This record gives sequence, structure tokens and C-alpha cells, in this order.
Amino acid sequence: MRNVTLILDDGSRFSGKSFGYERPVAGEVVFNTAMTGYPESLTDPSYAGQMMTFTYPLVGNYGVPPFTFGPDTLPEFMESERIHAEAIIVSDYSPEYSHWNATESLAQWLKREHVTGITGIDTRRLTKVLREHGVMMGKIMFDDEPHKVPEAEYEGINYVDRVSCKEPVRYNEGKGKKKVLLVDCGVKANIIRCLLKRDVEVIRVPWNYDFTAMDYDGLFISNGPGDPDTCNEAVHHIRRAMGMSDRPIFGICMGNQLLAKAGGATVYKLKYGHRSHNQPVRMAGTERCFITSQNHGYAVDSRTLGADWEPLFVNMNDGSNEGIRHKSKPWFSAQFHPEAASGPTDTEFLFDEFVKLLR
Amino acid sequence: MKDEIKKVLLLGSGALKIGEAGEFDYSGSQALKALKEEGIETVLINPNIATVQTGEGVADHIYFLPVTPYFVEKVIEKERPDGVLLSFGGQTALNCGVELYRAGVFDKYNVAVLGTPVQAIMDTEDRELFVEKLNEIEVKTIRSCAVDTLQDARRAAHELGYPVIIRAAYALGGLGSGFCDNQEQLDALAEKAFSFSPQVLVEKSLKGWKEVEYEVVRDRYDNCITVCNMENFDPLGIHTGESIVVAPSQTLTNAEYHKLRSLAIRIIRHIGIVGECNVQYAFDPESEDYRVIEVNARLSRSSALASKATGYPLAFVAAKLALGYGLFDLKNSVTKTTGAFFEPALDYVVCKIPRWDLGKFHGVERELGSSMKSVGEVMAIGRTFEEAIQKGLRMIGQGMHGFVENKELVIDDVDKALREPTDKRIFVISKAMRAGYTVDRIHHLTRIDKWFLQKLQHIMDTSKEMHRWGESRRPLAEMPRELLRRAKVQGFSDFQIARATGYEGDMEEGALSVRSCRMQAGILPVVKQIDTLAAEYPAQTNYLYLTYSGTDNDVDYSGDRRSVVVLGSGAYRIGSSVEFDWCGVQALHTIRKEGYRSVMINYNPETVSTDYDVCDRLYFDELTFERVMDIIDLENPHGVIVSTGGQIPNNLALRLDARQVRILGTGARSIDNAEDRDKFSAMLDRIGVDQPEWSALTSMEDIHAFIGRVGFPVLVRPSYVLSGAAMNVCSNQEELERFLKLAANVSKKHPVVVSRFIEHAKEVEMDAVAQDGEIVAYAISEHIEYAGVHSGDATIQFPPQKLYVETVRRIKRISRQIARELHISGPFNIQYLAKDNDIKVIECNLRASRSFPFVSKVLKINFIELATRVMLGLPVEKPDKNLFDLDYVGIKASQFSFSRLQKADPVLGVDMVSTGEVGCIGTDTSCAVLKAMLSVGYRIPEKGVLLSTGNAKQKADMLEAARMLHRKGYRLYATGGSSRFLSENGVENTRVYWPGEEGHPQALDMLHRKEIDMVVNIPKNLTAGELDNGYRIRRAAIDLNVPLITNARLASAFINAFCTMTVDDIAIKSWAEYK
Repeated sequence: MRNVTLILDDGSRFSGKSFGYERPVAGEVVFNTAMTGYPESLTDPSYAGQMMTFTYPLVGNYGVPPFTFGPDTLPEFMESERIHAEAIIVSDYSPEYSHWNATESLAQWLKREHVTGITGIDTRRLTKVLREHGVMMGKIMFDDEPHKVPEAEYEGINYVDRVSCKEPVRYNEGKGKKKVLLVDCGVKANIIRCLLKRDVEVIRVPWNYDFTAMDYDGLFISNGPGDPDTCNEAVHHIRRAMGMSDRPIFGICMGNQLLAKAGGATVYKLKYGHRSHNQPVRMAGTERCFITSQNHGYAVDSRTLGADWEPLFVNMNDGSNEGIRHKSKPWFSAQFHPEAASGPTDTEFLFDEFVKLLR
Repeated sequence: MKDEIKKVLLLGSGALKIGEAGEFDYSGSQALKALKEEGIETVLINPNIATVQTGEGVADHIYFLPVTPYFVEKVIEKERPDGVLLSFGGQTALNCGVELYRAGVFDKYNVAVLGTPVQAIMDTEDRELFVEKLNEIEVKTIRSCAVDTLQDARRAAHELGYPVIIRAAYALGGLGSGFCDNQEQLDALAEKAFSFSPQVLVEKSLKGWKEVEYEVVRDRYDNCITVCNMENFDPLGIHTGESIVVAPSQTLTNAEYHKLRSLAIRIIRHIGIVGECNVQYAFDPESEDYRVIEVNARLSRSSALASKATGYPLAFVAAKLALGYGLFDLKNSVTKTTGAFFEPALDYVVCKIPRWDLGKFHGVERELGSSMKSVGEVMAIGRTFEEAIQKGLRMIGQGMHGFVENKELVIDDVDKALREPTDKRIFVISKAMRAGYTVDRIHHLTRIDKWFLQKLQHIMDTSKEMHRWGESRRPLAEMPRELLRRAKVQGFSDFQIARATGYEGDMEEGALSVRSCRMQAGILPVVKQIDTLAAEYPAQTNYLYLTYSGTDNDVDYSGDRRSVVVLGSGAYRIGSSVEFDWCGVQALHTIRKEGYRSVMINYNPETVSTDYDVCDRLYFDELTFERVMDIIDLENPHGVIVSTGGQIPNNLALRLDARQVRILGTGARSIDNAEDRDKFSAMLDRIGVDQPEWSALTSMEDIHAFIGRVGFPVLVRPSYVLSGAAMNVCSNQEELERFLKLAANVSKKHPVVVSRFIEHAKEVEMDAVAQDGEIVAYAISEHIEYAGVHSGDATIQFPPQKLYVETVRRIKRISRQIARELHISGPFNIQYLAKDNDIKVIECNLRASRSFPFVSKVLKINFIELATRVMLGLPVEKPDKNLFDLDYVGIKASQFSFSRLQKADPVLGVDMVSTGEVGCIGTDTSCAVLKAMLSVGYRIPEKGVLLSTGNAKQKADMLEAARMLHRKGYRLYATGGSSRFLSENGVENTRVYWPGEEGHPQALDMLHRKEIDMVVNIPKNLTAGELDNGYRIRRAAIDLNVPLITNARLASAFINAFCTMTVDDIAIKSWAEYK
């Protein structure tokens, strides 16, 4: 295995070894404290442009499931058609794996998809640096190729445009009782599965598609990577849709931020984001609490919510916004991932509530 | 709700036993702390006097009484608590609570059951109700049939198809359970199971499936979290208490992890737990199919482990939830900024390994199965699995250095040993790998998931690489840095590296040279924090471990020399358990109180000393010389305390001292002078103190010559024993030869220590604290049994009631001499033999002994606090009271776990076999004896007593007791000689016959028919015939759950107690009421 060095923008250096595709790479370095789910996370489009550090040291244990597609045309075990993260950073990669459903090792998969993977990193030290300093750009260089310096930008780049579908796609066409129009900012497959499971037709459109004239019963705004301020086109369409009718709207993650923006609020970048399976949220004004799966670097500033809006969920660790709802109309969203995959499934009921609202 | 509760009763778990050990001291202590924080008055019932929870200031009112419905009701009647907590004292407390609930006692006294409702407990404990309950929410359980008769058991097994598993309902730790491949095995097991429980379960066996557990918490607002999941290294078929366990799970995908997680939440909601519970699953290794094995509606061994593995204080939180709090009300006690409603994220891997002591028992089955036999456990933390498991295998403390580089195991049939696991399983895997078995082949034989085996293979590969390098005979300093570093990352100790590279000569030296080589190469461990959130938020507590997978310490060391390091006691095992935890915790409290930084090193998840709240820095790590030095190098402490953690730290004293580590209190040289038999003996001769004659002998001729001089019986201690007890009393030639056959060899290198054994002598203990050689405080206690029963198994009385004043005076004088001679500063213990005022020293330990908490609590002088002050160099005053001032008596009685150790001979000898103890206080000996004996599970017989009372002297000793029994109206049954003796002395009795003896009635039949409810069986001596004779009776008594006593003096004391007073005469008084 070749020796590599991860260099952060503040100059901190971490030595390790390459176990994936051997390519110097740069990106925003983030950490994820989930203890399972590397296939799901790597294929989550929201990680586009980022190098993902797993704080759980042992990674690769159960290999990689087959990249098969179900009758609904969605990948069965993955969250999209490919790996979106720029790189994966771990402490103790497990070169052998053991699982009945695995068809290859993580290293084989990374190599096949040309994604860098490094191991032997003191990921706890790295996490502490990111926690203290905030997320930073970083680059992975191969020690024997010091001249190959990768370059990349994260902020200001419209990653949503890179990962969104290019043409409308229909699922369960003509069979669902209701039609959900899904604005794809980088949607995870399990969101679509969660909708299809509830017997609706899903029309997935590109993030900047003008859907306002289309026929649908409810609007869904998906998760996605990067800075929500680069998605003003989508915000514009959502705002128009809100002006045209009271049809239900449900947003997840980036969808929460775009809905908030459409409602007049602003978003800001968190110091080091929430990326984990153990984020506690409380439904505002109640004693109901949920453990949620999260993956976001930006948050809605609750103080800027318009008078018609109110917080729906609040993060119990840092008090940040975890969801909003309109005071009188069937419009709501969650900053976390009720569809999980990966992570806890405790809030999947939000899909039930959304589907129930469709008339 | 929390405002209405002013006074709460908490039930403890009693003596430590297999399946119910120190973890409940930890959970109870946490619960009491949580209640205290709320200003609630607390009442505790727990006869286990060595625990931390029964220490001063932990609960407001402490009762050293049996945790049985009778006594608990009495305490309720007296104390009138508003609420009761049932789930912090293991199965003992839970069962007792269920009985009290059924009897309407809680209603009668208007006591609210806090936390999980009793109905929910019953739903999880009764197998049929449980299956029904889970069927309601379509959760799959293992198909099982609850049966009440043997016929039904057979029918059920036939329907399910063999192999089946048998379990007794309402039993802990798989008591009376096992696998049956055929009807014959079923018959044997079912009978035993029925003797423990009226209901027996027959289940289809799922051998080979994965076993996974979740710890789940729910508040009364229906908010749920799973704090931790754990995966067993061993597949289903081995009791989880017998299995190596890792946290978090390693081989589950996200989908699998969350499938089981959401099931666990669904279950806890449906059952209606408020607080904590544990859900155990069987999980198909070939699909996502699962079965729920069981739900424990209480804190458990697993929950203690999960608390330590994650830093999430489950018992503390469960107690708060029981008071009515929501999870959202509570803080995360590690970060102190985030809340308690979250699920810990680990950034390390934890490995729990059981500790067995099967070698201590005659005849015990070594095969592991569905019933628990281990006596303790360790938890190892690392950032690779290899590191964690190698650390853990060292922590077990049975001479192993890790997965490799151990003394070669002798195994005839490796395949069979892999297929049929014993306590040596992991080392059999090591042996097989060394011999070239592939991962696939080992997997095929063991069904252990390949992932674990692959990791073990990594260790083996590195070992082989080092062996190859070692063959080059190059100096260590030239070893490739990459190889050295990889070895350390994979958890190799310096010792292992020295051995693997073929170091010749003294291995301690070898390990030291590896140490200096790697330090020069800059290969050093780093300190990491356990913070519950994988570094996402800063932690306010110092819960630490060391690892080689890292480049950066989480702790800033200021070098202020204010740290005082206390070395803990390691895994609980026979001979060292909760009593040393109490000692360690008292030392930490005192250190903190005196303004020093208290630092603990220990690795036992069942303890209070490994609660990060009790000290300023907790290193949850090894107590090996290497690791302790690593920590001392970082801490640069004021000093180290080696005298409160039993023998493990004591053994490190000399080596630490040689590295200029400052040992507080008694010097290392003195410790060595007491530990080294020759030096100690020479010293006693010098100061004119007597000891039993002894000699270290290197040939059979010398042994015979020595015995020719002193005569039988003798106490024989070989240096190395293949199996069985490490020492034995031999009363004749036959026994001597039989026992020495077990010793591997007698040679210059392996001498046998033979001492004269003095019969009918009293054994007396001196526990004391000295300062600069002057005794500051002391406690003298006497054994009820004559010498010959290990002091850890003996029943101990304090203050002594039957010693001559002259004996006491002589013992004090000798102790003073020894303290002065060894210049003791700190705790120490001396064991004496006393016969007619003739006093001999048996042993001297310059550390706290097992009886320190007992005498401290009975005398109400905290010997460890005093000793710690001495060791810190602070002035101490002699306490102004002593044992002659006490108007009451304390009795320490031992708890045995023979019922769990199939086939083990439940007989006592000079090697210790008890797993725990209780200490009870009474106004006189009888009262204290009765409380203590009832606390360790004896019952007062109601019908008949079987007497088989040994040799003439023992028969005579028992005569008065037999008369009392007869007068009390008991039917007496006696075997041949005993029957004749009783008849000759006018005591009416029925003769019964030994197994193998012609005639009726047969003793065994009587036992099976439940006509006998107490057995006194005293072996005449330890000859094979004598032992075999009684063995079947003794074993039957244990298997049929009939109280058994094998010592004449103890039997007499117990019989005297229950014949002269009744249970109703026992005063219900709290500790504080004995003044």
C-alpha cells in the first residue's frame, strides 16, 4: 500500500496508506460518526465534493453488496448509481470482509469507481481538528508523487446541478393513487422507495425544472449537496408553487433549507455540520424526541422564519433548526433524514403524514 | 410523580455468584447516586458487605439482610418507603419483587414500584406470556414449549426435533439449562431444571446463528433510544456470559443493525418498560432472519458492560427515568453540555472476555454451553480489533500474553477442541492457526464469523513475520520499524515481541529491551478519551484508554506531580473480587479529598472503580508492567498505590520500584520480604515468631524425609499443577501420591512446598493499618471452621467470640513485631493459627485483604481511608475505639456457585472455591450466623436432615447439634457409621444407604423425593474412595437445590442458630442502629 498524506488547509498533516483508487484528490473534509453504512453514505449524493472521514475506526468489515437494480429501477442496496464522495478516510480498513450479501471488498469497489480511500489515519485527531477549526478543504497526496497536487473548490460550487437528474423520470407511472412531484437536488434512492412504498406515483424532475404547471398532488423537495444559496432557481419555483395552490409540500435536508428560503428565511453554514446516526431532535413544543440520521453542513436560521412559519423540530445538542412548518398550510420539512439509509428509521412516519395529506 | 417520592427502597443482589456479580454493585451505586441527587431518602437491602453501595454515605439506611420476600417485607414495614426499585439488583431483586407484588405487599404498604411495572417484568420472565406478547406485534421468538412435567418435556422435544435446549424459567445466567441431542440427555437435564423452577422450557436450538444484543432505554413519554449494541464472537450455543463479546457489532450491515434496533424499540414500547432493558437476538448468518432470544427487563451484566463500553451511565439514567423524568430532562454526564437523549457513537472497539476459574474445581465440566460458568470478565478497548482482543487476553490474567506467544497448549484433537468449545477455545484457535489451519476450516469447525477469524489471522501473520525476522538473529534495534509498529497496533506487548523474535534469556529483560527500542523508534501509545460522541463534542470527563492507532494524546499532561495513581484489582475471580473494588474506591475518595488528582487503572467493567465519576482520571487499561509504566511516564505522578487492589498490583511493586517509580506506603523491598517465603521465614526466625514447619523440596526422597519428621497431615503446594487445585492437604501416603501425580514434575526448578498441617487449630486474621511500623488500627477476627478451609471460604466472626484473651494478646504482640520489622506504612493482613494459646504465623500480606471492607464496616472505622492517609504521608490519629467496644457480632459467610458448575465436587479445602460473600450483623453469634447463612441461600429445613459426619472427632463435634435437631422434631437420616454413632449416643435416627451400598432407603432416593431438606456431609479425609462416596450425595444435593454443608463446625453453628431462635426473632435493624 502506498503512503499518503492528508493535508488540511490549516497545514495539519496526517499520514496514512492508500487502499482505494490511487489518485490525489482534494475536497471539503468532513467527519461522520455513524458506525455502519459506508455503502449508503458513499453513494449519498449529498457527499459530492467532500472527503468523508469515518470516526468509527473499523471500516470495510462487511464488504460491499451487489450493485443491482430493482423493478422500480432503483439500486437495491445503494443510494444512487455511483459513489459521490471524493474520498473516504478511515483508521483501520478491513481488507477481508465477511457477509453473505457482499460481492466485493470496499477497496475493489473504490478502485472500480476511481475513488480514493486512505487508512491508518488518526481519525480522532482529525475530527478534533475539524471540530475546533470547522470543516476545511484538504488534499490527499501520494508521498512518492509530491508534485501531483490536487486542487478543488467547495463553497460557491453548484454541486446540486452535478448530481441532479437531467430529465424527468417517472416511477410507478399511472399506478399510484396520488402523484408526488419530486424536485431532485441529489435525491437518495431510499426517499423514492419510501414514497413508492406508500403507493404513490413519483415524478422526479431536475432541480431547476419548472414544474409549476405540472399535474401533481404533492410536492417533495429532496436532499442534496453543497450550498443551498446556489439553488435559487429551485427556491423560485417552490415559491411560485406555494403561491399557486395549497397542495402539500414536504422537504428533507436541502429540501428543508430550500423551503425555508422560499418562505423568506436565511441559511448559514454550520461550523462542522451534522453527519451521524445519533442526532437527537425534539418536536417543538412537545415531549416527543427522535434519534435521526443526518448529513448536512448548512442550517436554517430559525430567527429569520417568516411570521407564518414555525420550527417543527429542534436539535437537542446545539439548538439548531431541524425542521419547519407552515402555521396554516400543509407545508413542512425536516433537516434530518426520515428515510434513513443509513441510520435509524424512527422518523419514517413523516412520509405517512405527507402521504396522508395528499388529497 | 418525582415530587411525591420522598423515600425509596432499593434491593441489592446479595453475594457475588456466577451469573450475578459485581455489575449489580455498579448499577445499584449509580441508582443510589441518582436518588441522592434528587434529595430522596434511600433504603438499601443488601447483605453483601464488601460492596461499594453498602458503604457509608451511599444510601441513608443500609440493611445487611437477605434479599428475600420475608425480610424485605419486614424492612418495608419498618421504613415505610414511598417507592421501591426492583431492577438494580439482578435476578435476585427482580424475583423477590415479583413475589412481593403477587403477595400484595407493595399494595398493603402503599409502596409504588418505580420504573418498569411488575406486570411488564412478568411478561418478560414467563416464557409463554413473553412469546404471546411478542406475537402480538409480530416479532419472532424462538419456538419453545413451556412444560410442567418430564413427559411433556419429552413430547415437546420430539415435536421440535433434537437438538433442543432446556431452560428453567425464572432463572439467571442459564441456571439449570443445556443442550440435549437425545432423550437421555433431556431426562437428566430436565430433572435438574425442574428442581430450580416449576416450569421448564424446551426450545429448538439455533446453534451457529449470530448472537446480538441491544441495550434499550425508554422514558414514560415513550421516547426510546438504543444505547449500544453488542455482537458475540462465539455463535449462538454459548451463553452470552461465556462468550467473547464486541461492541459495537462488527459484521452487521446498516440494514441489519437498524432492523434489530427498530425491533428492540418496538419490543420495549409494547412491553412497557420504563427505564432500561436488554434484547437478545439470534441472527441468521445467511440472511436477515432473526429470533428474539430473551428480554431482560432490568439492568444486567450486559447493561453494565454497555455503560462502560459507551460511557452512557445506564443505571443512573434508568433510576432518573423511574422517578418520572424524561430523557430530554437529563444531561449527558460525559459532555455535560449535550443531553441524555442520544445514542453513543463509538470511535474505538470494545472486547469483553470472560474469566473462568474452572481449574479450581474437582471434576467440573470444562465444556462451554448454554449455562454460565465464568466468574468474572474484562473489557479491553482498542482502535483495532486485534489490539482490543490481545489486550483482553492479557487482562484475563491467567498467564497468557495475548493471542500468540503463549505457552504451548497440549491438545490431542484440535478439530474436536474447535468443535466443542471449552474455556481455552481462543487459544485452540491460535494453535490451529499456527499449525496452518485456514480461516475457512476454523470457521467450518467453530461457526465463528470469518471476519473475527481474519483479524486473528492478522495477528498470527505478524507473529510469523516476527519469528522469521528473529531467525536472522539480528539485534532488536534493527527490526524494521514498520513491522514493530504494526505489531504494536495489533496489540502485541513488548514481551510478545521479545518472544516472537526469539529473545533468549530473562524475558523481563527482553521485554524491557523491546521497550527501549520502540521508544527510540518513536513508537509510543497515545491516550484517547471515551466521550460518547466520537469527538463531535468535547468531553468534560477523563475516561481514557491507550492505543497505538493514533498520533495524538487527548489529555494535556502538565507534569504537576499532583496525580496519585491507584492500581485496581482486575478481573473478578475466585479469591479477588468486589472487596478490592471497595478498597480501590475508598483510596480514590481519600486521595481526592486530600487535594490530589485521583487516577485509577483498572479494566473490569463490573466495578465501581471503573466508573469515570469516582476519580479524576480513569485509565481503562491493562495492569501489566508495560502499560502501567506507559501511564506513569505520561502522568509523572506524586506516587503509586499498590496495596488496595489485591495481588495483581502487589506483584508489580518490585519491578516498578526498580524503575524508580515512587510507591506510596510500605516499600517494595518490604513487600518482597513478606512475599518471598524464604525471606519471610528467615525474618520470623530472627524475631522469634513461630510458624508451621515447612520446606521447599526438590525430590520425592526429600519429601518423604520431611514427612517422616513432621508426620501427616501435610499441606502440599507444588509450583506447577496440570489441573485441579493448586494446593492440598494430604493425610496419608495414598493422598500424597495421588496429589503429586497432578504436579507436572518435582525438580530443582519446580520445588514442592510441604508444610506441617496442624489439625483442629483455630485460624485467626489480623487486618491492620500501620504507619512507619507502628500499628494505628487493627481488627482481629476468627474463623468458625478450623484451619484447613481456605480463609476465603471460611465463615469469619468479628469481633472474635471464642478466643482466649491470651491468644489475642499474643497475636497483637506478634503483629506489632512484624509491622515494625517490615516497616509497614499502610494496610496489611496476617493469618495465624492458634491452638491452646500456641500461635503460628501462616501468611502475611502487605496490602489490604479480602476482609478489609467487612471489618471496616463492622467496626465502623474505614481502614482504607486511614491507610491512604498514611500512604499520602498525612498525620493520622489512632481511632478511639476498638473491637472490644462492640456490643454486636459480624459474620462473614461465603457464597458458593456449585449449582452452576456441572459435576464439580462441592467440597471445601485449602484452595478457595467460593465466588462471593456476605456480612451480617447481629446482637449475638447465632443471630448473625442465621442472617448470614440465609443470605447465602441456605434455608432452614422443615422436615429431614441427612447426616454423614466424617471421622470420629467430627462425629463427636456434631453430636450436640444432632441432639438439638432431634429435640426440635427434625427427622434425622444418617449413613452407616454416623447412624451407629448417633444411636449409641441415644439420638433417634433412620439409617440410609450410600449409593453403591446395598439396602434401603437409599440416600439418593430420599433426596430425589424431597424428603430431606438439608444435607450435612463431611468427608473424613481427601482419599479417593472417601471423596467418591460422598460425591454423589453432595452433587445430588446441589443439583436438587438442597442446602449442603460440608464442615462440622459450620454445620453446628448453623444448626445451633436455627434451633435456638426462629427467623421471627431476628431484629430488623439497619447498620446505623448497631452502635
